[in-house]
Amino acid sequence: MVSLSAAAFWLLALTILGAALLVVMSKNIVHSVLWLIVVFLGIAGVFLMLGAKFLAAIQILVYAGAVCIMVVFGVMLTQREDMSKSNIFNKRMLTAAPVVGLLLVVSGTLAFKSVDKAPVNGGSVPTNTVEAIGELLLSKYVVPFEVAAILLLVALIGAVFLSMEVKPDADND
Amino acid sequence: MENLFTNLAGSLRAALESTGLPAILTDTSMTMVKLTAILVFILLNALWLVYMERKVAGYIQFRPGPNRVGPKGLLQTTADIGKLMSKEVVIPKQADKVLFLLAPALVFAPPLMVFAVVPFGENMAAIDMNIGLFYFLAVASLSTVIFWMAGWSSNNKYSLLGGMRVVAQMVSYELPLVLSILGVVMITGTLNISEIVRSQQGIWFIFAQPLAFLIFFIAGVAECNRAPFDLAEGESELVAGPFTEYSGMGFAMFFLAEYASALVISFMCAILFLGGWLAPFGMTFIPGWIWMFLKVYLVMFLIMWIRWTYPRIRVDQLMGFGWKVLVPLSLANIFVTGLVMKIFKMLGW
Repeated sequence: MVSLSAAAFWLLALTILGAALLVVMSKNIVHSVLWLIVVFLGIAGVFLMLGAKFLAAIQILVYAGAVCIMVVFGVMLTQREDMSKSNIFNKRMLTAAPVVGLLLVVSGTLAFKSVDKAPVNGGSVPTNTVEAIGELLLSKYVVPFEVAAILLLVALIGAVFLSMEVKPDADND
Repeated sequence: MENLFTNLAGSLRAALESTGLPAILTDTSMTMVKLTAILVFILLNALWLVYMERKVAGYIQFRPGPNRVGPKGLLQTTADIGKLMSKEVVIPKQADKVLFLLAPALVFAPPLMVFAVVPFGENMAAIDMNIGLFYFLAVASLSTVIFWMAGWSSNNKYSLLGGMRVVAQMVSYELPLVLSILGVVMITGTLNISEIVRSQQGIWFIFAQPLAFLIFFIAGVAECNRAPFDLAEGESELVAGPFTEYSGMGFAMFFLAEYASALVISFMCAILFLGGWLAPFGMTFIPGWIWMFLKVYLVMFLIMWIRWTYPRIRVDQLMGFGWKVLVPLSLANIFVTGLVMKIFKMLGW
């Protein structure tokens, strides 16, 4: 059993990393979006392996289903003449390399430090996580939850305002 | 009769276990058998539904419908499939070839995956998942991007327009679909599909949540891009939208996927609002899975009836209806449901 789940994990990890690389390397932004969906589905698979079915479903619904669709809208609204060169590359290696290196070092140390804080193995997973998540969201994390809701509302109103039809007789001064 | 299929599965499992296979192999092969059975079920139903649709359309339009191939024209779909399979697959020169061929292969996957959690009767779900309902919503939302993939990769302006319409429509109607289910989830307090059916022993949710049923049905029909919401295809304006460039089996796959997702919506209507496998008026001498099937086909007939009697709505009406009518109504339904539940609790029911 252990070897089977290990094999599944490595397969998922390879898929995620490979697809993530392809997101960055694709010259065509549409291909990047589609590879991004593969990445999100792979992450949902990792959640499933950890026994977090609800999180996996959320991952698919919100990220693969909704976020990528929003990117699709963005792509369509900014369409270029030649889609095969829509994902732009540049040659600023000198500035990019140190920034990426620093990011890797910082996130690496943080990940290394938190190993003993979050138990990686041991402990049984609760079968029904939905209730616990719901209760936590509306008790301990109610303020961030509400802040996120207000943020989304503001974004919604902003989008409605921006896309409002401009009346021809309105004075544009 | 009631436990025909569960007994079959049980004896198959016993036979597998008696051969001394390891437990994991037994489980895997049982799941494979169940999923294959579901695949065959969907394909047979899709075949039948294409024929039924044409017959229903015929009767509604006062003409006989297919009646030449086989008895009563029953073999018409088979002949059509044969024709489609023998056709050449044409790939446009400027198309994104990989995506163009991938889209029809993938389009069947989401409806098929949803069926993994659908209970066809008491204890007849292939996988009885704790969050089955949520899984249905998550997996169903993946279809959107596949339709868009087909529309974009064809490199044809009608296809692209159709693809954009699919995305806009499916994203807009997913909201009321999800919100209308919330009322049912609030009453039952579970996301397990079988549990939801069992809690309809007293009253079917179509009577407890009539508004939610109506919203779910409308949004569901819109989600599977069927008339009067088939703007994405719009034969007369967009020449079949995302499917313009597809020929032969590629086109047939989209066609079959449409019936598969209509079947998913019918199953969900029957499960969430029509009491699933529960028999009405205590008529339990007919097995539960037959009741389920009858209810599914009732909803399916309703979908066909609507398709052949209503004209297609305009694209701006579609968006306005989704966002200004269905979403507020479903939010109001959630509010009222919560209020009534609170009052009932205070009265001590």
